[in-house]
Amino acid sequence: MQKIWMLIPNARWLLATALLLIGKAHAANSLDTIIIDRGVDEPIRIAVAPFAINVDRAADAAVLNGFANPADIIAFDLARSGQFDPMAKENMLSFPSQSSEVFFRDWRILKTAYLVIGRVDADTDSSLRVSFELYDVAGRRQLRAREYLVTADQWRDAAHQIADIVYTEITGVRGAFSSKIMYVLAQDAGTPQARYRLEIADTDGQRARTLFSSPQPILSASWAPDGRRVAYVSFETGRPSIILQDVDGPYREKLTSFRGINGSPVFSPDGQELAMVLSRDGDPEIFIMNLATRKLRRITRHRAIDTEPSWSPDGERLIFTSDRGGRPQIYQVELATNFIERLTFVGNYNARARLLPDGQHLVFVHRREGVFHIAWQDLQRDNLLVLTQTSLDESPSLSPNGSMLIYATQYQGRGILGVVSIDGRVKYRLPSSVGDVREPAWSPFLNDVVD
Amino acid sequence: MLNSNRLSGLIAFLLAAFVIGGCSSTATAPVEQQEPVSEPPVAAAPAEEAEEPADFADDGVTPIDANGRPLSRNFYFEYDAAILNPADLAALEMHAQILRRNADKRVVIEGHCDERGTREYNLALGERRANVVKSFLTSAGVRSRQIETVSFGEEKPADPGHTESAWALNRRALLSYR
Repeated sequence: MQKIWMLIPNARWLLATALLLIGKAHAANSLDTIIIDRGVDEPIRIAVAPFAINVDRAADAAVLNGFANPADIIAFDLARSGQFDPMAKENMLSFPSQSSEVFFRDWRILKTAYLVIGRVDADTDSSLRVSFELYDVAGRRQLRAREYLVTADQWRDAAHQIADIVYTEITGVRGAFSSKIMYVLAQDAGTPQARYRLEIADTDGQRARTLFSSPQPILSASWAPDGRRVAYVSFETGRPSIILQDVDGPYREKLTSFRGINGSPVFSPDGQELAMVLSRDGDPEIFIMNLATRKLRRITRHRAIDTEPSWSPDGERLIFTSDRGGRPQIYQVELATNFIERLTFVGNYNARARLLPDGQHLVFVHRREGVFHIAWQDLQRDNLLVLTQTSLDESPSLSPNGSMLIYATQYQGRGILGVVSIDGRVKYRLPSSVGDVREPAWSPFLNDVVD
Repeated sequence: MLNSNRLSGLIAFLLAAFVIGGCSSTATAPVEQQEPVSEPPVAAAPAEEAEEPADFADDGVTPIDANGRPLSRNFYFEYDAAILNPADLAALEMHAQILRRNADKRVVIEGHCDERGTREYNLALGERRANVVKSFLTSAGVRSRQIETVSFGEEKPADPGHTESAWALNRRALLSYR
């Protein structure tokens, strides 16, 4: 961008337009985020003062005009967790952007427990310096301070990373706002004009980009534990295949295209293996592929449907869906011994389970009175809790810190994504204005984009 | 047209197949077990009229009956089930006849589901539906190498609606000739 600016005399306008177009390109497919339920009864009161934007270059100013203030992005992240109640700008008595402007008394009067301030300065070349400080109002002390050098397109990365630091510092739980969500955007499914897109977006639905697009269905996308690769099922040849693909690089490979089902790819926690479903031997069975040797190991042997495998966090067990008992239920197989046990007993349709990071709790699709919900189960005590009140809910996927769950549901006849906190209290939804959204997969923790 | 003895034999076979535990799906093993149950029907083909009525419309892939009307290629299923509707057996037997008479023709059987339930489980259910049609055809004397099955689960609805009637149209097996 800077090169263009120097080479073309009239480049300021061009630069601004180009950057705005990047913003627009993201926005085209981006998901809206609508908070439905606010969460805990006494959320932590925090004020995120609007960041001061100190850029005098006209081009930068024009660009930044099109962007949300980082404070808005940070406050929205914290609000969506359900554990924070960010103060509205209108209620603030001042907008401090450096420590000398912070008067703790003002913030105490406003009964806010924490304060975040920050600013954006133009750096020497094209980069911007984003800095923030987090204060404990009652203790009258600074808890954290950091600055980042960013380019304009890393604006949101910086804001999400700041939200992560604030969340981690205050709750003691690692923040996951700078992780990503992957999902399938389907337009005109079932018609000759059908278009399926595998998309990756920020957790607030912004900056969506297309990883793969096809006139044939795409489903069951999952992340490698390092977040650099994904696996999914594509019908691009008219038959299902399992595809392995880089998130940012050029690599894309068809891993399997056996006769019958090639489905449900999921990476082992160490990233070395991929569990999958193949029906090449007659009926759907769970297999594990060693990604280095490409050797397949068959795990289940049963004439029933065995599908939807998922790994335990220690990689020693798989949970899966099977109708070997007549109806779909969740089972677990110990990989060392092949010992299989049934995990769900409430209801006659339990499927597509995922274990929480603690390995002790399950989330899965549960049918109650003909309606499909996402349910949560404690494996020790066997109690089942229905987390969602919507219908046709499916594909639950957990945030990497285990605090939030994203799933697919329907709203006003449209496929949308829903997010619910694991305690069931916060809820928001992510609709798309251009199609049906489905098959969400929350990424693992990713490396910081900005430093 | 249809030999009622054979039809009842096929119904018996289908019931037996389900008592045993669902649908066969490999091309080989289960089919071999089934052979004693069904009569070898290949002998029926030469008994047809010598003038050889056309089995396909001009496009070469639309199967037609003796009156030139297109045969039904969609076969519907109950919710969460992969059992053929007895009312469909006559039409399926006509498909079997056409495939027996045209050994060079291939058919792809697509299995589909309604949107309820999880996507991967529905892929498996759709495969069961495709396989139950395949089992009918092979037991009626169609060579298994003429048949290919593919399940699309709930991914390609015939009706994109979210009503009972849309769901009923989406729970189907579709035969496409190649």
